[in-house]
Amino acid sequence: MRVLVCVKRVPAPGARIVLTADAQEIDTKNLGFATSPHEECAVEAAVQLVADHGGSSTVVTMGPHESEEQLRYAVSVGVDAAVLVPTDGSDLDPQATARGLVSAITTLEDRDGRFDVILFGNESADSGGYQVGVRVARSLERPIVSGIKDIEVVGDQIVAKRAIPSGFEVYRLDLPAVLAVREGLNLPRYPTLPGRLKSRKAEVDSIEANPDAGGQRMVRFESPPEQESRTVLLGEGVAAVPAIVEVLEGLGIR
Amino acid sequence: MSDLPSKANVVVIGAGIVGNAVVGHLADLGWTDIVQIDKGPLPNPGGSTGHASNFIFPVDHNKEMAALTLDSQRQYEEMGVNTPCGGIEVARTPERMEELRRRMSSATAWGVEAELLTPEQVKEKVPFIDDTVILGGFYTPSVSVVDSLRAGTIFRERAQAKNALSVFPNTEVTDIEVEHGAVNAVVTDRGRIEAEYVVVACGCWSPRIAAMAGATIPLTPAVHQMIDVGPIDVLVETNNEIAYPIVRDMDTFMYERQSAGSMEVGSYAHRPIFHHPDDIPSIEESKLSPTELPFTADDFDPQLEDALELMPEILSSAEIKYAINGLLSLTPDAMPLVGETVEVRNLWSAAAIWIKEGPGTGRLIAEWMTYGAPSIDPHHSDIARFYDVNRTEEHVLARCAEHFNKTYGIVHPREQWESRRDLVVSPLRGRTDALGAVYFQAGVTERPQWYESNKALVDEYDVAERPHEWDARWWSPISTAEHLALRDRVGIVDLSAFVTFDVTGPGALDYVQRMVVNQVDKPIGSAIYTPVLNDHGGFRSDLTVKRLGEDHFRIVTGAFDGPRDEYWFRRHLPDDESVTFTDTSRSMVTIGVWGPHTRSVLSSITDDDLSNDGFPYGTTSEVDFGGITARLLRISYVGELGWEIYVGVDDAVALWDMIWEAGRPHGMVPVGGGVYGTTGRLEKGYRLMGAELESEYTPVEAGLARPRVKSADFIGKEAYLTARDVGPVATLCTFTVDDHMSVAGIPRYMTGGEPIVDSEGNRIVDARGRISIVTTAGMGPSVGKYLLMGYLPTELAVEGASFGVKYMNEVYPITVAVAGSTPLFDPDDARMKA
Repeated sequence: MRVLVCVKRVPAPGARIVLTADAQEIDTKNLGFATSPHEECAVEAAVQLVADHGGSSTVVTMGPHESEEQLRYAVSVGVDAAVLVPTDGSDLDPQATARGLVSAITTLEDRDGRFDVILFGNESADSGGYQVGVRVARSLERPIVSGIKDIEVVGDQIVAKRAIPSGFEVYRLDLPAVLAVREGLNLPRYPTLPGRLKSRKAEVDSIEANPDAGGQRMVRFESPPEQESRTVLLGEGVAAVPAIVEVLEGLGIR
Repeated sequence: MSDLPSKANVVVIGAGIVGNAVVGHLADLGWTDIVQIDKGPLPNPGGSTGHASNFIFPVDHNKEMAALTLDSQRQYEEMGVNTPCGGIEVARTPERMEELRRRMSSATAWGVEAELLTPEQVKEKVPFIDDTVILGGFYTPSVSVVDSLRAGTIFRERAQAKNALSVFPNTEVTDIEVEHGAVNAVVTDRGRIEAEYVVVACGCWSPRIAAMAGATIPLTPAVHQMIDVGPIDVLVETNNEIAYPIVRDMDTFMYERQSAGSMEVGSYAHRPIFHHPDDIPSIEESKLSPTELPFTADDFDPQLEDALELMPEILSSAEIKYAINGLLSLTPDAMPLVGETVEVRNLWSAAAIWIKEGPGTGRLIAEWMTYGAPSIDPHHSDIARFYDVNRTEEHVLARCAEHFNKTYGIVHPREQWESRRDLVVSPLRGRTDALGAVYFQAGVTERPQWYESNKALVDEYDVAERPHEWDARWWSPISTAEHLALRDRVGIVDLSAFVTFDVTGPGALDYVQRMVVNQVDKPIGSAIYTPVLNDHGGFRSDLTVKRLGEDHFRIVTGAFDGPRDEYWFRRHLPDDESVTFTDTSRSMVTIGVWGPHTRSVLSSITDDDLSNDGFPYGTTSEVDFGGITARLLRISYVGELGWEIYVGVDDAVALWDMIWEAGRPHGMVPVGGGVYGTTGRLEKGYRLMGAELESEYTPVEAGLARPRVKSADFIGKEAYLTARDVGPVATLCTFTVDDHMSVAGIPRYMTGGEPIVDSEGNRIVDARGRISIVTTAGMGPSVGKYLLMGYLPTELAVEGASFGVKYMNEVYPITVAVAGSTPLFDPDDARMKA
């Protein structure tokens, strides 16, 4: 089985995001970079699929030279090959990204054969457009399901589960197929020391693609108003009971 | 949460291990009305304490650091947060094995149990180590891990239980107000607090906070990388936070420390990575904490291979679960920054202090604030130790970049810095360069240590080389030869590293009298060598005071203590402006000329009377050298006839040339600091501040008490009088080394700092708990012996008594040659008074 996983270099989430003065970029001075948690699960899924079913895994990203860091991370946890589709670092809209990826995927498939499964994270951690996976699948004329939290290979088909509030929707897809997965699909492993060292020496394949721009333009970033979390002391001991009851009732708990 | 008070006795900014230790100890010493604030939440406000690896290796070569670390470990133990796990420093190279033997000697000095292990013995204690890559180990059973956050809470609670402390977390300092040079108030986002004292215990943010008051705390936040690797079965199975000894892989500058089921692998091997205190992210902007920055994996990769090589069994399959670029504080000389800031009165620095020395340093600061002097000499930590040029960001970054990778390095006691040299060069530089001077940095000034042009003297005097590279490092046999030539003929010494202060004004006499021990109300032209004491009668400095006029004194002090002395003298200036205090160091050059031919040399270039009657020993006066006027001071630190010659910068080269030309027929040689600071001094038993002289000893013990005490009051007088009444508990001695031969058959030469031991090899401790160590070591060329100085308990300080010195873990026999201050060479001082 040949598995491709597509990732994106984004500022590491988890802290308050500071914008540059012109609101055109995220101030990354004190931020590390990562892929989104969804994509970490996609990478883990790729590694597991190959471990269980044989074959090989490839990670691809479209981004600046620095994105090699994310490719090497994927290799350090077990992905076999890495491909960079280099850009000048400016933010691409989802259409252009999808075009670039399709071009690279076509090159790779022409060279080494078809990917049975192409994995995406459900959405990126920064722009969150939810589009690239769908656009790539459509362009390659392959089926896609998003929001996937469980994957199983059954014969020539893949069974994918999407979580909904009341349970799971179960899909069967013929291969080749595209899946956009969500955090919770699995528990991504961390790299081992030998894994990290191996990834340092790994070759990163570079495939040029100069896609035409799509129709979406970023105007500026805006920070959402800070959500203040305040601690209110409701009182001490028994005296606090009426206040607690009031809060619980306010939450609809009776 | 209660409101911020509008007034406090002392505000301590920072609630890491240091701020907490300071409030705890201040309360212990009776302080009340202490307010502690921190920008972050409690118990972990987000500074370096929160992510520290929290282990303590108690053996350090530096006496002050060892004392602070051992005190800290005792305090952690008393608080119940010290878990001994043992620690092994492993060696991969023969040089490191030698360093581990040196550590054995230091362990003896500080009374820390330690042993050298074979690779097999290391493997017995740490079974997952590959013993084929190491040559041995230095095992310290008392190495421990501590809970520094819990300790901090205990410190605060201790102060709160005394009703001495109010704590305000989540409170940001926005300004520090200063009035008339003294700190006045701390302004925060929750209000303003007037305070008598303010302590900056803000770790790597300290420079930023001090700057609000116009003060400098010269440190830089620096990255220390650490990864957490796990789970590892053999560690998980211990079911313990730490069950295996911590391993320091010294030659790769790394450590491996069990943390429950994982191994923490830390490194001091990566490139120096510095941040600016203003650029550290806020708590909100930080994913983990402000001092746990994103890991830069590329920097750590080479260390992964080293770690895998040492512990392949357990590190090859476990995962890197957590990795940080942790921030810690680095200073230009790798020592803490403690004491009142030199710029702002009552604004104290408690910065650049790591977990291992936190509680001890907190105690030191509290004692210092309470009593005016701490019980441990703070010489190396004193924030006043820096010249202005050492406080700049450029200097801090350059020096920290140089020493960061020496954190686990093998640092020679005489080691010289490579960066930031030539900060101050002597106006005589052209002349000394031409003579092949090899320079050591004395304070900020480059001082010739020896002259390659004297190489021929080595054969002439048949001076032996030192066969062991370590003993010969940063040393030359030329120094010994220069010494002998000076004693035979005459030497010229560039002493422009001296620091001089002029004290003038109607209050000058009273002021200087109050500052120093010996009588300075002497005739104009007198020169007085004198101790300077702290309030407890311990040494603060020793220096020379020249009386140049009724109301004019010139203070001459050494290059290494200039800034500390300047701080001390300025701090005690009277408020009434009756005294003017000026640093005149750079306005003149000092040239020393000593040796039996000195009078002949100088008399040939001046008509002034240099005879014993015309220019007695211990006096100063102006002399004309063919139109160049210089001030001569008849004194000698090398024990020979001669003068210190003070001349204006513009005339310095001309005068040097004149002396040099006049000296050549007499066989004059240039003489470096190796003679002036060590060999000549040792033979004469002269004491050096920071070596023999420190605040833990009194002039009575150092042999510097004069027969009478002046009637005028001076700082430390009461304690000094008591010390005279009580008599010495320890006595400073000069020893000769009787046999230099090591077990390996190589003659060895101590460098200083080694423990003096009894016939059973045990260290010697006096009744006040002070340890006998070698304060200075060096050749005594004219007495034909290698000499050591050091204190002994007075009852043991008997001339002729035998002891040992433990050097590189071997004991060499030594004999007390002099108990007290009588010079070994020329005991009657006949030569200098000739």
